[in-house]
Amino acid sequence: MTEQKLVTPAQNTWCPGCGNFVIQFALRDALRAAIERGTDPDSIVLVTGIGCHAKMADYLAVNSFYAIHGRTVPVATGIKMANPDLSVICCAGDGDAYAEGLDHLVFSAKRNSDITVIVHNNRVYGLTTGQYTPTSPYGFRGRSTPAGTVEPPLNPLALMLSSGATFVARGCTRRKKDLEGIFSEAMEHRGFAFVDVLQVCATYFNAADVYDRFVYPLEGHDTGDFAAAFRKAREWDYTSEGPIATGIFYRASRPTLEETMKPVSRAGKVPAETIAKILEARK
Amino acid sequence: MGGKAGDGINSAGYLVAQILSHAGYRVYMYFDYPSLIKGGHNFAIVRASPERKGAVREAVDFVLALNQDTLDLHRWRIREGTVTICDGWQVKGGDVRVPVPDILREEGAPPVMGNSCLIGAFARAAGIRWEILAEVFARHVRKGLEMNLKVARRGYELSREYRAIRELDARPAPIISGNEAIGLGLIHGGLDAYVAYPMTPTSNLLHFLAENAGDAGITVFHPENEIAVMLMALGFAYAGKRTAVGTSGGGFCLMTEGLSLSGGAEIPVVVVLGQRPGPSTGMPTYTAQSDLHFALHAGQGEFPRLVVAPGDPMQAFTWSSLSLDLAWKYQVPAIVLCDKTLCEGYYSADIPAGDVPRAGGVKAGEPGPGYKRYLLTEDGVSPLLFPGAPGTLVKVNSYTHDEAGITTEDPTVAALMAEKRARKGKALEAAVAELPAVFTGGTKDAERALVCWGSTVSACCEVGRERNFRVVQPVVLSPFPREQFLAALGGTGDLVVVEENSCGQLEMLLARHGVRATASVRKYDGRPFSVDELSRRLGEVAP
Repeated sequence: MTEQKLVTPAQNTWCPGCGNFVIQFALRDALRAAIERGTDPDSIVLVTGIGCHAKMADYLAVNSFYAIHGRTVPVATGIKMANPDLSVICCAGDGDAYAEGLDHLVFSAKRNSDITVIVHNNRVYGLTTGQYTPTSPYGFRGRSTPAGTVEPPLNPLALMLSSGATFVARGCTRRKKDLEGIFSEAMEHRGFAFVDVLQVCATYFNAADVYDRFVYPLEGHDTGDFAAAFRKAREWDYTSEGPIATGIFYRASRPTLEETMKPVSRAGKVPAETIAKILEARK
Repeated sequence: MGGKAGDGINSAGYLVAQILSHAGYRVYMYFDYPSLIKGGHNFAIVRASPERKGAVREAVDFVLALNQDTLDLHRWRIREGTVTICDGWQVKGGDVRVPVPDILREEGAPPVMGNSCLIGAFARAAGIRWEILAEVFARHVRKGLEMNLKVARRGYELSREYRAIRELDARPAPIISGNEAIGLGLIHGGLDAYVAYPMTPTSNLLHFLAENAGDAGITVFHPENEIAVMLMALGFAYAGKRTAVGTSGGGFCLMTEGLSLSGGAEIPVVVVLGQRPGPSTGMPTYTAQSDLHFALHAGQGEFPRLVVAPGDPMQAFTWSSLSLDLAWKYQVPAIVLCDKTLCEGYYSADIPAGDVPRAGGVKAGEPGPGYKRYLLTEDGVSPLLFPGAPGTLVKVNSYTHDEAGITTEDPTVAALMAEKRARKGKALEAAVAELPAVFTGGTKDAERALVCWGSTVSACCEVGRERNFRVVQPVVLSPFPREQFLAALGGTGDLVVVEENSCGQLEMLLARHGVRATASVRKYDGRPFSVDELSRRLGEVAP
């Protein structure tokens, strides 16, 4: 599979300097690596929400479902349940995943659906021109909060750990190579894989400086230690300046939704016989 | 039959219905219950007749009272000759007094078996052979058959024959609820998956399909909310699985964004929408026909949709099956609009499994790099493929898109796509015109008409026969089968619209198609029309 084939000719409309480019290239490279490892390119499905991140569905030449705001995860869950042979990846925005679609995210982690969720967390609403999101820093001055936000940000990693996610990671668009590795690991993971990607928004919230100063890769961290993962997840509160770890925080093995559900099929079933049997029992 | 919630009135009513069915009758059961788990007043009215009926009359011949409320609240239903069978410890008066607690104690039976004592006493009072009761119990009592038979026998023995019901030789037909008919219709239509969040009156459809998922080979899933329900269903459909969802008005509110997505991205889905009174929570366990315009217009933007409103289990079976077929053939959302009366009512149903028309095959795409999910075609229907097809990109998109499914805001492409969807709507309309989309009943050659939709059709037909009205029921409401409807009305003058809402929603829809009503009868108290009430109300506007 050549690079040509993983990218469509659709005209790219992201702002110059947008972190989405980094995510796109990292994802493209991770997909290429997966294909080289044997993943059937025809089995890859990308689901996106609405917002700048969602344009990924237009730009990557893979099967895609360009959905609506906040609803990537239930769509992806349905696709995976319908056909467990597909490799299903969600790209969601932070407003998408953490505001409008938060319940779906929590439930997907809880049920360990075998999908990969990549959250483009630029910590601002870009396409609606600069309002705060659930992960904007405390006091963030956006167009809907000119005096600053009055609520502290969510910590998505802590939330996903508490929800039962079996793979929890964080990446940053300032570290493309690391990001690609995290995506690859997430796609390899059997079960619900969650990656929070700290992304710069070149236009409304360019936190490049902060990320360049504070982001560091996790080393010597035991990914099987839930308590350690939780401590690491809470090291940075998405507001204060201080060390921001990236990498895989937690990895566990648990039966996936699709395994637990034991996918059923109508193959060999004759509807008329089922109907006749049920009707007979009602006589 | 009446008692408190928790007394098993629904199951007991079903057993009475089965006993009458095994005595050769066609039966209908209405079940009335408030929204609480234990206590309150629950009652079931079972009607038996040589012909199929789908509504009750006000007067009753037998009362089976587990508590005093059942006599007090329904005294107005009691006429000369009504036989009252009571739990002698709970109820004052009554013709047959069954010492239920004594019997249960002596037999060591649990309290929930009290209704079996009354059923036994009823069978004797109605002159029904013990063998019939025993057979029905053997077939339909799920737990503690022997004990139930014992206590029923005690009731039978202490009762006597008051009002013998003649046994007919008709063979018993299956007794199913409207929900079950819908579920069976979906299975007939090739259902692969059913996704739903519990909500009265379609929760029992979820339960029914979950129970039979193994036999039917379907996936049944209950996710976190109705938003997830709808989006998961679209995920299933995108991956090639015929999927339906079920809800009521409140849940459908949450589904409307997904419904619009289904319309815009051209992903088929069937929504079973069981109406109950609103606005908002309204009366959760009661009935209404007040979501017609909601169903017709839900979702932003313009897109074709199928809306069908079956009135009885046979129509429910047929049109649930057809809804799946048509949704898939035309890649549109379809709504099966029903109501509590149909969903939770039980009917002797002669399911027409062999004669349900099929809408015909789905147009399949050719795999390969040239595949376009939204290919512009003459009838607006694009060939379908699903992810996994070799060498093929299947891109669906909620955004305005080009033929390949890539986002665009180009004015020419946007207009072409709107026109494509409109052509698809026309194709769907033509398909509906070939199907029995309008039902005619009542006095078929009468020169005045009752027009109704959904579950009121049964009461209308009965009253129509008594009062000389033709009954015309459009089963499909979108795209409206105008020609068929006008043909069914042919030769009638006065036209009375009967519906269970306060605004006249069908009447408004008819006006849009140039049909004016001369009078209307509306009911909006959460209770379905009884035959008597409808007849009276009709007499006031069209004597």
